[in-house]
Amino acid sequence: MSWEILIQTLVSGLLLGLIYALVAIGLTLIFGVMDIVNFAHGEFLMFGMYSSFWLFALFALDPIFTLPLTALFLFGLGALLYKLVIRKITNAPMVSQIFTTFGLMILFRGIAQFFWTADFRTVENSMVSGHVALGGIQIGTPQLSAGLGAIIVTAVIYLFLTKTRLGAALEATAADKEAAQLMGIDSQKMFALAWGIGAACAGVAGALLSTFFPIFPEVGANFILIAFVVVNLGGFGSVVGALIAGVLVGVIEVMGGFFLGPQYKMAIVLVLFLTVLMFRPQGLMGKAQA
Amino acid sequence: MFKNTSRLPLLAPPSVSGLRKVHLLLLALLVLALALPLYVSNPSQQNLAILMLMAAQIGVSWNIVGGYAGQVSLGHVAFYGIGAYTSAILFGAYGINPWLAMVSGGLIAALLSVVIGWSCFRLKGHYFAMATIAVAEIIQIIFTNWDFAGAAVGLTIPMGDEGWSHMVFSGKLPYYYIALGLLLLTLLANFLIERSFLGYYFRAIKDEPDAARSLGVHLGKYKQIAFAVSSFLTAMGGSFYAQKELYIDPASVLGTGMSIKMALVAILGGVGTLFGPLLGAGVLTAIEEGTRTLFGGSGRGTDLIIYAALIIIIAVYYPNGILGYLKSTFARRRAIKNQAAQEDSK
Repeated sequence: MSWEILIQTLVSGLLLGLIYALVAIGLTLIFGVMDIVNFAHGEFLMFGMYSSFWLFALFALDPIFTLPLTALFLFGLGALLYKLVIRKITNAPMVSQIFTTFGLMILFRGIAQFFWTADFRTVENSMVSGHVALGGIQIGTPQLSAGLGAIIVTAVIYLFLTKTRLGAALEATAADKEAAQLMGIDSQKMFALAWGIGAACAGVAGALLSTFFPIFPEVGANFILIAFVVVNLGGFGSVVGALIAGVLVGVIEVMGGFFLGPQYKMAIVLVLFLTVLMFRPQGLMGKAQA
Repeated sequence: MFKNTSRLPLLAPPSVSGLRKVHLLLLALLVLALALPLYVSNPSQQNLAILMLMAAQIGVSWNIVGGYAGQVSLGHVAFYGIGAYTSAILFGAYGINPWLAMVSGGLIAALLSVVIGWSCFRLKGHYFAMATIAVAEIIQIIFTNWDFAGAAVGLTIPMGDEGWSHMVFSGKLPYYYIALGLLLLTLLANFLIERSFLGYYFRAIKDEPDAARSLGVHLGKYKQIAFAVSSFLTAMGGSFYAQKELYIDPASVLGTGMSIKMALVAILGGVGTLFGPLLGAGVLTAIEEGTRTLFGGSGRGTDLIIYAALIIIIAVYYPNGILGYLKSTFARRRAIKNQAAQEDSK
């Protein structure tokens, strides 16, 4: 085994992890603000992929250029979903919240299958096809650009949350809904915003993936468990935690698959996840549970 | 531990008034269930009845830990699969009697629940739910790659001699009665727990964990009892599935969807109630099978859309389940009647 292969594996794990982080940041934002675990999060990613695919197939617009459009579309979908459904279960017991979003997951898969059939689709020959050679290691251009795109979007989200008034209002609502409301922050608006941004994050991740990952109605299933693990590992509600955990999971998954065989890569991630939870029940960056 | 029971009457026992009518209704239901062959002779309809009983049995089992003790496990399929695989392997490879295999499956699942409980009961709410999903996934991966257990292809259970000793029958009815017996056994276990001090402790753990702990209730121990009983019964359901279908694979007995379904049955009917899961199982199975037969043929996911829409509507508008909704409606009606009576007497 040469060093090149090891480094190449490490880099591809890192790039994959950045995508995981982006998906998980959307999920953790929604959780942080509303205490709701969104089982339909993988389906936001799926819709992001289809949005890229159709804009490419119908108008020959490259997924990279249509990224903002996909983000906007998913933001609208997330906010709309909040207004129509999620708003009604804000104070419902945890189990009914779980089953509402679980129902949405099945519903979205059904809708995708209804309109676009269960066929696998791919974006062929996009702008970012081929390989890049970097000093002896080869990296797929789609993967590289997806990883870089994920970094940029993550940075934008982070700056938004920490540097803007709206982001501060969102963080305040996450920290203490009642107190934020007393300060004049409309929590309904913040909830809708969290769902919009959360969906957009997953949608952008889907768009970035669309250049090298098959697109089909159940594609979200490949990412939702990972996203849960990342959110959990990072600590529910922590954006920085999700980023660290995302990269960690991506690297461990790819390295584990490399050393022990690809059929066990998920098991390794899950065992690690359970081990961390045993020692830190609140995740890496989560606040200690009361 | 037991000395505390004297202090627990703070948690009021369930109201006894109105129980008579419910008892009569249940007795009628039982008679109706026992007499099924008299009015349902179509094998596919009998199979539907078996599916409902099986869904109810796993829903009631899940409810013991998920509903009563409030520990929302979304990985219960692990126990179901352990039951199915234990039974298939013990009977298929070693010729061990399926009834014995069923109990062995339950015991192995209960043992596994101790391992999971020991490591996961520190986790609360969503963290616990996610951890149980992870455990179930790991077990699914192990079975998918374990050649002795048939790996991804699964296991076919050889047909034994027909009859009760091998649990092999050509007709549907014997399976129906076994499923009914299993459900009654599960209900009985749940009933006994509900009426004993365990029931009070479980509810205390669910609703007021800190208060329960300060009263000296050992939370971990009682969570574990609930988890072990629940997993034992769930595994028996899995064993029965294996014996009935004579073929199992990781997708059918270890898939995440099944975990969700177990919880859904209990939640639809009414979490933490004895008979809620029966209602939930009836409604869910009817919706599932109904949408599949009516719309499943299109291959365009129409059945999924309708199934999902119904789940969402129930989850959003009836957060306490069907039984919870019925109870509150009756309570409101009674309150209105009482008020009217009071005003009349004035």
